[in-house]
Amino acid sequence: MSNIPSELKYTKSHEWVRIEGDGTATVGISDHAQTLLGDMVFVELPEPGAALEAGEECAVVESVKAASDVYTPLSGKVVAANELLEDAPETVNTDAYNDGWLFRIRLEDEAELKELLDAEAYAELVAEEDH
Amino acid sequence: MPFIPHTEGDTRAMLATCGVDSLEDLFDEIPPELRANALDGIPAGCDELAVSQLLHARAAQNAQPLCFSGAGAYEHHIPAAVWEITSRGEYYSAYTPYQAEASQGTLQLLYEFQTMVAELTAMAVANASLYDGATALAEAVLMAVRANRKSKSRRILMPRTVHPRYRDVVETIVRHQGIELTRLDYDTAGGHIDPTSLPTEPGDVTALVIPQPNFFGALEDADTLTDWAHAHGALVIGVVNPTAMAVINPPGEWGGAGADIVCGEGQPLGIPLASGGPYFGFMCCKQKIVRQMPGRIIGATVDLEGKRGYVLTLQAREQHIRRSKATSNICTNQGLMTTAATIYMAVMGSAGLENVARQCHANTRALIKQLSAIDGVETVFDRPTFHETVLRLPRPVNGVLEELAGHGILGGVDLARDYPELGHALLVCATETRSEADLDAYAVALREVLA
Amino acid sequence: MNNEPLIFEHSRPGRINRAQSAHLGGDLDDIPDTLRRQRRPGLPEVSELDAVRHYTRLSQKNFSIDTHFYPLGSCTMKYNPRACNTLASLPGFLGQHPLSAVRDSQGILACLWDLQEMLKAVTGMCAVSLTPMAGAQGEFAGVAMIRAYHDARGDDARTEILVPDAAHGTNPATATMCGYSVREIPTDAQGDVDVVALKAAVGPHTAGIMLTNPSTLGVFERRIHEIARIVHQAGGLLYYDGANLNAILGKVKPGDMGFDVIHINLHKTFSTPHGGGGPGSGPVGVSERLHPFIPIPLVGRDDNSAFRWLDEHDLPQSIGRLSAHMGNTGILLRAYVYALMLGREGMVRIADYATLNANYLMARLRAAGFDMALPERRATHEFILTLKHQAKEPGVTAMDFAKRLLDYGFHAPTTYFPLIIPECLLIEPTETESKEALDAFVEAMVAIQAEAEKDVETLKGAPYSLPVRRLDDVQAARELDLRWQANGGMAS
Repeated sequence: MSNIPSELKYTKSHEWVRIEGDGTATVGISDHAQTLLGDMVFVELPEPGAALEAGEECAVVESVKAASDVYTPLSGKVVAANELLEDAPETVNTDAYNDGWLFRIRLEDEAELKELLDAEAYAELVAEEDH
Repeated sequence: MPFIPHTEGDTRAMLATCGVDSLEDLFDEIPPELRANALDGIPAGCDELAVSQLLHARAAQNAQPLCFSGAGAYEHHIPAAVWEITSRGEYYSAYTPYQAEASQGTLQLLYEFQTMVAELTAMAVANASLYDGATALAEAVLMAVRANRKSKSRRILMPRTVHPRYRDVVETIVRHQGIELTRLDYDTAGGHIDPTSLPTEPGDVTALVIPQPNFFGALEDADTLTDWAHAHGALVIGVVNPTAMAVINPPGEWGGAGADIVCGEGQPLGIPLASGGPYFGFMCCKQKIVRQMPGRIIGATVDLEGKRGYVLTLQAREQHIRRSKATSNICTNQGLMTTAATIYMAVMGSAGLENVARQCHANTRALIKQLSAIDGVETVFDRPTFHETVLRLPRPVNGVLEELAGHGILGGVDLARDYPELGHALLVCATETRSEADLDAYAVALREVLA
Repeated sequence: MNNEPLIFEHSRPGRINRAQSAHLGGDLDDIPDTLRRQRRPGLPEVSELDAVRHYTRLSQKNFSIDTHFYPLGSCTMKYNPRACNTLASLPGFLGQHPLSAVRDSQGILACLWDLQEMLKAVTGMCAVSLTPMAGAQGEFAGVAMIRAYHDARGDDARTEILVPDAAHGTNPATATMCGYSVREIPTDAQGDVDVVALKAAVGPHTAGIMLTNPSTLGVFERRIHEIARIVHQAGGLLYYDGANLNAILGKVKPGDMGFDVIHINLHKTFSTPHGGGGPGSGPVGVSERLHPFIPIPLVGRDDNSAFRWLDEHDLPQSIGRLSAHMGNTGILLRAYVYALMLGREGMVRIADYATLNANYLMARLRAAGFDMALPERRATHEFILTLKHQAKEPGVTAMDFAKRLLDYGFHAPTTYFPLIIPECLLIEPTETESKEALDAFVEAMVAIQAEAEKDVETLKGAPYSLPVRRLDDVQAARELDLRWQANGGMAS
């Protein structure tokens, strides 16, 4: 059973979002996603300063057997990328929701938040996929 | 039925196991209207003896003149050990080392190959080879576009001193990816890219290609060109001859920071001329952009017991995983050719390769000296060259080469089609395989032809 | 088996192989110091015997067709006749410079011409270019021709290539290289292309479809005529991936199935060596309407029946060149020798016996209790076994079976391809294996199944008898070590 913290928002493509309350949001991939991908060997992150549109491919998480695109759930400018992952990509496996975050973005359009799934809806999605 | 071991009894028993009466029944899912008629146009099968006789006759039809042509394919001596070992069935009839534990021979050899190529070019890392020098350059261009994330122009500066056929191949392969190939002209006195002719404000450039030596055999001012490119945010793609690397400043040491991507034709490293192939392309790069490199890459690791072993690595870049987002559609290297090249480099060593390079250079100089003493024959460029040079003849090269062929001499490559502005220009080279007597024979023949 | 050190670890400073270059050398005084190399490259310094012994020992760590049954699906690991190598290596062929005069090259040109004609005959296409250097380059040439065709007609709305979800990864990667987006078409439960989904997907944006037939699932695409009609009616073209041509050689011609362009993997169907991963060779064949775009050079024939190269002057609309010269000529020669030995009867026999061996092996494995991915279907030259039940209980995967097979002296089948079949082994025995070899493989599979039921850990730890145990590819990818260095440590 995967770990789905209730305070976070989620997407159908298995990203999580934490609203930081200072006009920014942090994005990572869910515990379910990291389990599917397996041992992470490389993470490619967006460059700070890059302007992204919701739904755009902006990062790649790579294991030995798969490489998966990460889509930004929100539009805005990237304010930080998790440099720790350059040398320790396995952090995405060990701590997907905290130290394994991917990037932080400055929100442009609060309305986009309504499109995100809450923990309950995401848990349902994951349960369906397991069938 | 060559190479099919089944006895009639085997076939009957196997059909029974399959629950069918005849071989034809096994094709019952093919719609009948698609079934082909007999293979008209294919001759009846032959025994090995008959095929051998035909092929010997065909091989004999190929004349074997004394070769003074280079232009990217060079006749070098190949130590007997190279193909004796390469032709072993364990190398010849193995496949891509996907099952690493059953392929440690090929994998360790390729790891050694990567090391040797990186040493030759003074670069950080190399891949396990690409198809040939021309496609390696095309892949290098695509790689530069991926690796230079700051550049948005997808603009590549492609000098005319790069092999014309390489430029053709690059054009074919990158055409559909929105990449602009900007032609750079050469200095007509030196036969090289004059760094002072480069624009001071070139705009956004993704990469500059630097051939060393260039197609004319001339040595580019690679240090200055590299620094210029880096000063303008462009990456540097070196295209180098591996024999030259034994004596010429390698791309890893060009300018202040070295070339970023290096590629070239590996044929001089133990691969026969063979009418143009199979050869292999090599590719190297700086460590920080290795994930943008296409092709197979071998890495060292450990097994369950901590023992050293080798595997294909960084496979997530490749088409079988990444599909439409792969770095390239490439899914092979030139395995057998890299096997030969690895053994060639091991058998020759650095000292041996340097001796070969020096002898080639000396032979070409001696040849140029003899030929340019003939009335009406002169060298075209004044830059230093390595083991290949352009001469100008007093009349069209085409006819001269035909007459030389009558003397049993392949006298070089006619540049009229690719470089008409050079007049009656001929590209010649003499490798270590040409003796003094060979050089004399060429000079005597040319003197006679031009008389 | 002992650990064989790297060649660099055999190296001793100052050891020179004098047999090769002791009498060579010369001045470089006309090359200024700034252009000269300052420090020698670190190639190994070994004796010739050191090198011969080292590379012979390494060779002994490989599985190969010459030493093992190698049922690697989709790769066609059949016997590579020695005659092909010997005859392609005649000095008259090996010594030929690629820019030799045409009149000095009639021998090689005649061979290439014959091969072009034979490939036209077996594929039913109107012209063949031998220049692509591998299957993937043949694919590139094919899709580039499709693009050139649409472009020449000013039809620039066609931006999409259709690819079945079971396709080899090169198909979508190739479409991308040609500037197309890729749309995947699902496969139905019987392994055929989902025609309803295909109908919904085609339109004025469709440039073409890339199909392998028999498909990568090891079955014949039965509705190929209907697929061809749907795509052609939408204005798209059909690309035939010839990876599995060996299964239908002399039985069906791709030209008759309605394909506009095809590539052939000579290293599969025509048994040229795999060489530890190349060189391949991927000639392309075209229908009449794509003929103007075919890649150069080709071999043509003059009125006086002399052979010559056809280039951009003969084919001004060609997509262009794919190699500096004529592709992998020496591989083409090997395929030519093979084709001559087989002849027209032999080619049909390839399809017959490759198919017999696959169906026999499938029948025996099924009788032994293994599950087939498509049990209702006839196998072509290969078939797919799925271990999804074993993966749940007792918990051994396709990878575990594959690694354990190595201990039994068999190269593993292809694992985890096609991606749409869980825990799969794609098994291709080829026509050159005997009944005894196939029977021995069945016995090994049965024995491994028994081991799995008894003790899962036996399989998880495999292989045991090879030069190395199971290798850590996660470490290889995380801590990249791509070259040896004298002082250890990472390259910078």
